[in-house]
Amino acid sequence: MNDQIRKLALVGTALIVVLVVATTYWQAWAAGDLADRQDNQIQRVAQFTVKRGEIIGSAGRPLAKNKRQKIGGRTFFFRGYPQGGLAAHVVGYSTQSRARAGLERSLNDYLTGSNANLGAVLDKLTGATVTGSSLHLTLNLKAQRAALDALDGRCGSIVALDVRTGKVLVMANLPTYNPNLIEESFGKIAQIDAPCRPVAPLINRATNGLYAPGSTFKVVTAAAALDSGKYEPDSEFVDPGYCEVYGRRVNNYDTTRPFGKVDLRDALKYSVNSVFCNIGKELGSKRIVEYAKRFGFYSTPPLETPANERAPSGLYEQGELFDPELDSDVDPGRFAFGQERLLVTPLQMAMLAGTIANDGVVMRPYVVEEIRDPDGEIVTRTKPDELGRAVEPETARAVASMMRGAVEDGTGTAAKISGLAVSGKTGTAETGVRGLNTTWFICFAGREGREVAVAVVVEQQRSTGGQTAAPIAREVLQALFGPTANS
Amino acid sequence: MPYADPYLLPLAALLTAIGVTTIYRLEPDDAFRQSLWVVIGVAFFAVALVVYRHDYRRVERYKYLFGLGSLVLLALPALPGIGQTINGARLWVKVGPLQFQPGELAKILLIVFLAGYLRDKREVLAQGRLKDFGPLLLIWGAAMLVLFQTNDLGSALLQFGIFLAMVYVATGRASFVAAGLALFLLGAAAVYQVVDHVQQRVTIWLQPWTEEPVLCAQTGEQALRQDCGSFQLVKSLYSIGNGGFGGTGLGQGTFTTTTGDPIIPYLNTDFIYSAIAQELGLVGAAALLLVYMLFVARGMRVAIRADDGFSKLLAAGLTFGFALQTFIIVGGVLRVIPLTGITLPFVSYGGSSVVANFVLLAGLLLVSNRANAQHTLR
Repeated sequence: MNDQIRKLALVGTALIVVLVVATTYWQAWAAGDLADRQDNQIQRVAQFTVKRGEIIGSAGRPLAKNKRQKIGGRTFFFRGYPQGGLAAHVVGYSTQSRARAGLERSLNDYLTGSNANLGAVLDKLTGATVTGSSLHLTLNLKAQRAALDALDGRCGSIVALDVRTGKVLVMANLPTYNPNLIEESFGKIAQIDAPCRPVAPLINRATNGLYAPGSTFKVVTAAAALDSGKYEPDSEFVDPGYCEVYGRRVNNYDTTRPFGKVDLRDALKYSVNSVFCNIGKELGSKRIVEYAKRFGFYSTPPLETPANERAPSGLYEQGELFDPELDSDVDPGRFAFGQERLLVTPLQMAMLAGTIANDGVVMRPYVVEEIRDPDGEIVTRTKPDELGRAVEPETARAVASMMRGAVEDGTGTAAKISGLAVSGKTGTAETGVRGLNTTWFICFAGREGREVAVAVVVEQQRSTGGQTAAPIAREVLQALFGPTANS
Repeated sequence: MPYADPYLLPLAALLTAIGVTTIYRLEPDDAFRQSLWVVIGVAFFAVALVVYRHDYRRVERYKYLFGLGSLVLLALPALPGIGQTINGARLWVKVGPLQFQPGELAKILLIVFLAGYLRDKREVLAQGRLKDFGPLLLIWGAAMLVLFQTNDLGSALLQFGIFLAMVYVATGRASFVAAGLALFLLGAAAVYQVVDHVQQRVTIWLQPWTEEPVLCAQTGEQALRQDCGSFQLVKSLYSIGNGGFGGTGLGQGTFTTTTGDPIIPYLNTDFIYSAIAQELGLVGAAALLLVYMLFVARGMRVAIRADDGFSKLLAAGLTFGFALQTFIIVGGVLRVIPLTGITLPFVSYGGSSVVANFVLLAGLLLVSNRANAQHTLR
């Protein structure tokens, strides 16, 4: 029988070996995947024993800090958000009851110190409280507050970028929510109401809201027109008040006053649809798509927030990004002045204005200036990064001067600030509901070597971008450049 | 017991200590009760050693009594009035304040019966004459009945696995094992068709996570399976994963929400391995498994050194039962096989389990004492 017993002993030992292998699989091989699962309650609770890094805005004001609490002999660090809804969509939240969002989600590894920093590993081994790294943001909280105040209860979004670096100075959305309510009073967030549908207070409209751009897209068309060498700012057009596309008339915003003879400069200044319609027909839709891509359209705009909270801009068909294969797939006339199935994010439009102001070079937007470990040592510091060149410097400068005209004595005069040269473009997109528009203003302004680009979108407005969005951009610029700009 | 195997008792003591420590960390009140059960288990252990110190082989004469006793114990939970259904499986008996799982002791009685019966019949069985298989087919039938009655795949697999292993040791015919396995699978497939509880266990095993909501049998509503049927398994896997390589450290593991509600149910019985794996990590969990492996190796060595067929079969059966039980519960927790609730020998919280394991240990020590004594005196 000893033969059989030896074989049985092998089987018995093999069974235990299988268990060792399976344990190794779950604890070494699959541990990362398990930790990443959003329903992993243990991971979520365990991370509250970590003293999470703070998230800090301009002037050292904390946006997210810890509340220490001892329960049953264990110390937990729960999150508190002292600024409430001020930058909720960027900061996000970290709670037990729900999956994380915003930077709290995407930079969780840094915030919990699990990015293999030696101090955290030692803390873990010695049983000391693990302390995470802190995030220092580029957001200017004063301007952020001014932006929310200027929206004055209307639904919309405002993005301001530093032109030379790509720093996000303002990323403000209404409606917003108080992240302190997520854990215990989520019902209150579900009840938030605002004058728009869907209300969606949790959505970061600046990066995930897709809006029809209206005439702000003419900046892309103008840049394409000049960059292609086919047009000059002085190129002459005749505006009959409408444009024929596929045998149908497309009217200017104001049909009662055809411009007659008009050059490209004035066409952008007064936002003459028929001129851009004809440029579009001449260039073809594919060429315009090509230029839009150079400005960052058709790719998810880079930012440190989670990828699923950012959407690419471009032509959409049935909820999917749609890249035309043939010129005839898209109506080039309507496309050229921002109609067709074009949808854009406020961040993309701010990048567009910033690129024009930056002589045609697209800067990578970023909101995390630096990450510091618990001792205050810098873990990473973001360096300004060029994404590429969209148009030639001469083209950018020519478009910039045309946009300057739009604020001086065109559609965007409401954004004028004495002592500060503001250049901009208005947009008024129909929503499909008669009398209600999505209104836009994109602009840039600079003084003493510092330049800022701003994009403003307001939902469900009864008048134009020049009347509703431009004044908001003005408020934000004043907050960013200080009170001396008023004098 | 001067000649008894010098490793088995310390290994068992080590496992018991790990068990009581872990239970104390999870549920201090249970740890006190567990210690009491350890005392009772050691008392059984001592009595067995004293009573059978001269020759334990006397029990062979009562083998049919043991077989019958085993069947009665297995049938107890099915009796109305005293049977208890806990967590979908009918494994418990409750008489007054006393609550126990008779399956644990039935396992040992079954091994004693099989050792006696197979030693008698091994030659004729090896010839493969059908009529000699009568009692064995009866055992198979009983195992299936138990499976059906208790709704518990785990204990049926354990009893039947021990049975097949001992038949193999006695006859040396691998074809018997293959035929037995085929029969078991056939029976299990039939039970799977009929019993919802078994179907659920298998579905949970194959697909613990779903992307889309599925029908939740417990609430009758649509839910993700990880929030419904498989939440125990999934949370236990999260616990194991959270341990990583080095573990969180004793007392540092996460088993409750911040408000103190338990995250994993049955943590100190069925899921004690996932608690240990979280706090001690891969290093500690592998070390624990090595202790089990050493115990199995020593137990099989006892079987090889034993001189007579009964002793060999007894030691091999007890040791293999120990290994298989460890595999069924830890393998279930690790999603190697469908999860069924049985105890981790010496470590899990549970009175019947502790007592049964100490009796098992006594059996192995008795066999080893006799075998080593004869080798030494010869």
